[in-house]
Amino acid sequence: MYRYNEFDKAFVQSRAAQFRDQIERWQDGRLSEDAFRPLRLQNGWYVQRHAPMLRVAVPYGELSSAQLRVLARVAREYDEPEADVYRQALDAQKKLGTVRLPTHHAHFTTRTNVQFNWIPLAKAADVMDLLATVDMHGIQTSGNCIRNISCDERAGVAPDEIADPRPFAEIMRQWTTLHPEFAFLPRKFKIAVTGAREDRAATGWHDVGLRLVHDAEGELGFRVSVGGGMGRTPVIGTVLREFLPWRHIMNYIEAVVRVYNRYGRRDNKYKARIKILVKVEGQRFIDDVEEEFQQIVELDGGPHTIPRSEFDRVSAYFVTPAVAGSGRAPDPQAAAALEAAAAATPQLRRWLARNVAPHRDPSLRIVTLSFKRPLQAPGDASADQLERVADLVDRFSASEARVTHTQNIVLPWVHVDALLPLWEAARDMGLASANVHLLTDMIACPGGDFCALANARSLPIAEAITERYQDLDELEDIGEIDLHISGCINSCGHHHSGHIGVLGVDKDGAEWYQVTLGGSDGSARSGDAQPGRVIGPSFSAHEVPDAIDAVLTTYVSLRTGDGVQRESFIDTVRRVGLDPFKAAANAVRSTAEHAA
Amino acid sequence: MNETTRIHLLTPAAHAADDDNASVFALANDADPLDHRDAIANASRVELHFPQFTDGRAYSQAYLIRRRLRFAGDLRATGDVLADQLIQMERTGFSSAVLKEGIELADARRQLERFDTFYQADVVRDAPYRRAAEK
Repeated sequence: MYRYNEFDKAFVQSRAAQFRDQIERWQDGRLSEDAFRPLRLQNGWYVQRHAPMLRVAVPYGELSSAQLRVLARVAREYDEPEADVYRQALDAQKKLGTVRLPTHHAHFTTRTNVQFNWIPLAKAADVMDLLATVDMHGIQTSGNCIRNISCDERAGVAPDEIADPRPFAEIMRQWTTLHPEFAFLPRKFKIAVTGAREDRAATGWHDVGLRLVHDAEGELGFRVSVGGGMGRTPVIGTVLREFLPWRHIMNYIEAVVRVYNRYGRRDNKYKARIKILVKVEGQRFIDDVEEEFQQIVELDGGPHTIPRSEFDRVSAYFVTPAVAGSGRAPDPQAAAALEAAAAATPQLRRWLARNVAPHRDPSLRIVTLSFKRPLQAPGDASADQLERVADLVDRFSASEARVTHTQNIVLPWVHVDALLPLWEAARDMGLASANVHLLTDMIACPGGDFCALANARSLPIAEAITERYQDLDELEDIGEIDLHISGCINSCGHHHSGHIGVLGVDKDGAEWYQVTLGGSDGSARSGDAQPGRVIGPSFSAHEVPDAIDAVLTTYVSLRTGDGVQRESFIDTVRRVGLDPFKAAANAVRSTAEHAA
Repeated sequence: MNETTRIHLLTPAAHAADDDNASVFALANDADPLDHRDAIANASRVELHFPQFTDGRAYSQAYLIRRRLRFAGDLRATGDVLADQLIQMERTGFSSAVLKEGIELADARRQLERFDTFYQADVVRDAPYRRAAEK
């Protein structure tokens, strides 16, 4: 993975010092609340429902064990509110029915960042200094700027990869970081990049979605889509270029963002994302971008053209780590032990099938540690868990891990010989749920338990579904299904792209939930990216699990085929339409409590 | 542009008194600089306005005026000009800025000295990897 050089280190330290100076000026009144807010946001500091929230950037999802240990330390030493803050938070949430608000935790987000919910703002500067010791920061994890770039969780290790997207993601990280022209865009701006045939980065749902492709001559470049996004108006990105030579990617993105910065709406934040500009202007937007790109290259001299030497310099960081055991043939004894254990242990068998994926190196595997289990929210990790994950990452994955946009952790460099000891260790930590891509591997935002924007809580819904579906046979019978839960229309829980989406809405101060079906993130198993459609009026919190149960029962009764030929949930929804599901879900409503 | 040239900071009073013989062209925040090539070319000073510091359009205008139109005169930031955005202004081609009333000059100057260098090319300098390649 990328290693910071002296320049990068000095840069992050300067940023931490700058933020300390800004906090001091804000505290003594030289910097007004309004002037300070965007600065703290662009350093990852929000003010949430009960307390400040810190979002730490994990560029394209890659984390080292050393970084995991510092995140563990932040959770242990700093993620603790003042007593009165915590008491007020508990009192407020108790009225809604929440009895547990974990502290000393980190949370993996759908944009592969890490959040902390309870760090007092007075300790903000110290935490930033601590993060800087392992090259971490919160730069551009919030605010109306170009955000952290997300990527394929299997970048550089997937067998279906055309080219490793990480060198490009790193070049983009550098180019976007403190870009002087684009710190105050009309709205936030998100880029996703993948180099694989399978789209595991939901590129169609991003402001800019990039897929590495070869042209007819075998040259490497990007397919560029622009104007995807969730929120109030879900839109799938428009393809602007089927092929753009890789060396021009920064020039081209500069053209896209410049046109957006100049013409994106600033009068209404719900119409300010680039998707609205692309939708309203259509071909005129595309023409403007192409003309701007041409002028950047021809008149400005292509200031961001990537030289081969720079690409090679950055690529050198992304070689296979020597300690991965790459190429070492499997040990027959280890293989026999694994086979014997799997034969005797159904959980292990299922875990091998669900959480272990092929690697481009036949002697290695890609392993998912599932953060979807009872008693903890999706993507939540305690300080101790982070510490122990760091140990696993050192022991089994060349000291490198990935945060996934489905809120799990992936170990990209696991030797086949190590699968049994890794499973045993993960099981002991409660991180071996064999549920990758199954119903309980759901995405959920923190929702109304933490977030100031939320209209309803997400976590009680996630918890109810998790508790109801603990039988792995039943889960496997239902098959692969994406359940995505958002606590408000901002869609951090990606409900639009869920095969089943749940959206929290507020009706007269009460929590209600819209259920959508048929959404897709654009992966092969989900079909072309598209938003789900609503199946009627909202459900109350306690109706949601019954409604989902009714939808699933309907699917099981309608699906065709058997065994590997069995029709998946999303395919059945697309074949038969919403009506049977709507009828089944309607039948479980307890009408007395049903709001129109 | 000379690498050692730093953005010139003015108080509102100094800006008001700055009625030298300059021919000033003030470009509206939502105007396209390329539609005003002649006016810009004939001006000795172009003024760009920040209605709020969070409105970033003038940064793109500045880039286009300095880099695309190769304007060589004074490019001045007016309006909601605060200390923490001055470095962005300098990097997109502004040569002077009128600090909003109440901004301390020392706070403003300190923000300009914060970073030795940046990752990406801007109007003033090439990206570090390009500068290294030229050495």
